[in-house]
Amino acid sequence: MGNIIQLNNVNKWYGDFHVLKDINFEVNEKEKVVICGPSGSGKSTLIRCINRLEEHQKGEIVVDGMALDENTKNISAIRSEVGMVFQQFNLFPHLSILENCSLAQIWVKKKTKKDSESLAMDYLRKVQIEDQALKFPGQLSGGQQQRAAIARALCMEPKIMLFDEPTSALDPEMIKEVLDVMVDLAKGGMTMCVVTHEMGFAKEVADRVVFMDEGYIVEAKKTNDFFQNPENDRTKLFLSQIL
Amino acid sequence: MKVLNYIRKRFFSSPIDAFLTLSIGYLIYLTIPPLINWTLIDATFSGNTKKDCVAGGACWVFVKMWFNRFLYGLYPNEEIWRINFAFSILIISIIVYRFLNPKFKKYLFIFLVLPFPILSLILFSGGLLGLPTVDTSEWGGLFLTLVISIFAIIFCFPIGVLLAMGRKSNLPVIKYFSIGFIEFWRGVPLITVLFMAGVMFPLLLPSGTNLDKLVRVIIAITLFEAAYMAEVIRGGLQAVGRGQYDASKAIGMGYWKSHIFIILPQALKLVIPGIANTFIALFKDTPLVFVVGLLEILGMVNLAKTNPYWLGMATEGYVFVAFVYWIFCFAMSRYSLSIEEKLKTTN
Repeated sequence: MGNIIQLNNVNKWYGDFHVLKDINFEVNEKEKVVICGPSGSGKSTLIRCINRLEEHQKGEIVVDGMALDENTKNISAIRSEVGMVFQQFNLFPHLSILENCSLAQIWVKKKTKKDSESLAMDYLRKVQIEDQALKFPGQLSGGQQQRAAIARALCMEPKIMLFDEPTSALDPEMIKEVLDVMVDLAKGGMTMCVVTHEMGFAKEVADRVVFMDEGYIVEAKKTNDFFQNPENDRTKLFLSQIL
Repeated sequence: MKVLNYIRKRFFSSPIDAFLTLSIGYLIYLTIPPLINWTLIDATFSGNTKKDCVAGGACWVFVKMWFNRFLYGLYPNEEIWRINFAFSILIISIIVYRFLNPKFKKYLFIFLVLPFPILSLILFSGGLLGLPTVDTSEWGGLFLTLVISIFAIIFCFPIGVLLAMGRKSNLPVIKYFSIGFIEFWRGVPLITVLFMAGVMFPLLLPSGTNLDKLVRVIIAITLFEAAYMAEVIRGGLQAVGRGQYDASKAIGMGYWKSHIFIILPQALKLVIPGIANTFIALFKDTPLVFVVGLLEILGMVNLAKTNPYWLGMATEGYVFVAFVYWIFCFAMSRYSLSIEEKLKTTN
């Protein structure tokens, strides 16, 4: 199994603020990695760099053998292989759920409308909201919207899925329905990179857990190891607060 | 009793309310009855000359006798059918559009926005298929008002969209060009722009080349209004959340696809009132073309009122023009409201 995501010495600044400091990070094919850490530690920025929603200034990022740099052609190729799910769902409010899921298939992958919609319905069925397909995002609950957003990303048939705090904006009773979908996806063999505070999810599906603080990767270990023998004091403190 | 109670509650609930009710009532009493007397009761509708107007009210004979000139300008009488023909097709198409199967709507829309105006222009100016040429200097009246505003509206909208996107672009050349363009056109008065387009511009062209004055005027108004349109649309672009950009990029859509399918539909919907405002302002700016000698409807009235047989008819003419302008502007305003309503319910 090769590295599908590889970050070498990545550094990023917002103006004078040093967000990512010497990040070395890799994800193997089919691996599930959970990234956690206090807010402002740079974890969202890190995964947003992987599909270049943020640009890094120093270091090297290679996704599926393609380096991320100023070469735009490369970037759309990478983005079509990397699905992303956002904290605020970011569904397109002026389009129905079905159109949300089929639009990019039609215009990016150049598929026919019929094929795109049938694939979209398959994934909507998978996340159990096929009966909402013709509604608009504003008519759905938060949990349903997030599941629709996951379906939208899956419709591009990505090799990697990135999740940026997918349950943080949800009411507690809706978190489970979204996590269930993510667990299913993980068991289906998807490569996943998840920023989350849901340690239960991490214990259940993650192969590795990465802990970040103040722009550094402080600790990165196999899941069991991470929860049972955290070495760093900051990791211990974080775990004691969150568990 | 119920009525009395209602009146007391709504109009006389406090001394200040009572005072306002009474003064506004008095104002209405002062203005409305004389206005109705003048426009309708004491007005003259029949007759052929100024001498028939003896009732003391408005002399609508003036408008009646000049009606074709107000509508068509100096366009030759025997060729007026061309204008009527084109505008009839336009009106029928708009009515058909409302009831058409959504599948065909976009085709009719594209036809109305692109080939139709160009075909109409060819029909109006003639010179083909045995149609006698009618020089644009003979175009005028409401016909000219509509030609100028329809073309300016069709062209200023896409240019405005591009400028708004350009102003938000990361590419410095495009960004500063857009800023410069917008600020230049917003900084100069329309009347100056028209004067430059009509009088100065031909002097700068190499001799022998000739661009029709009407075309120059339409280009000038289009560019001028595009700058305003750009700022209205930029407001909409800024109101679309950053998450929408992120999400459309993340599913592999590039700059143009993101804008066409995701960002612009949301941004434009937000600024429909502003867009309608700009269109209405554009429509009402068209009388300024008199500075280069083009006579749209107001210009025709100004011409008619100086006719020796019709001196003193200015008020009737201006009231008529105001009424015509009001009908068009009100229609545009209602239409924009109906689009807003329609988009609200589908969301």
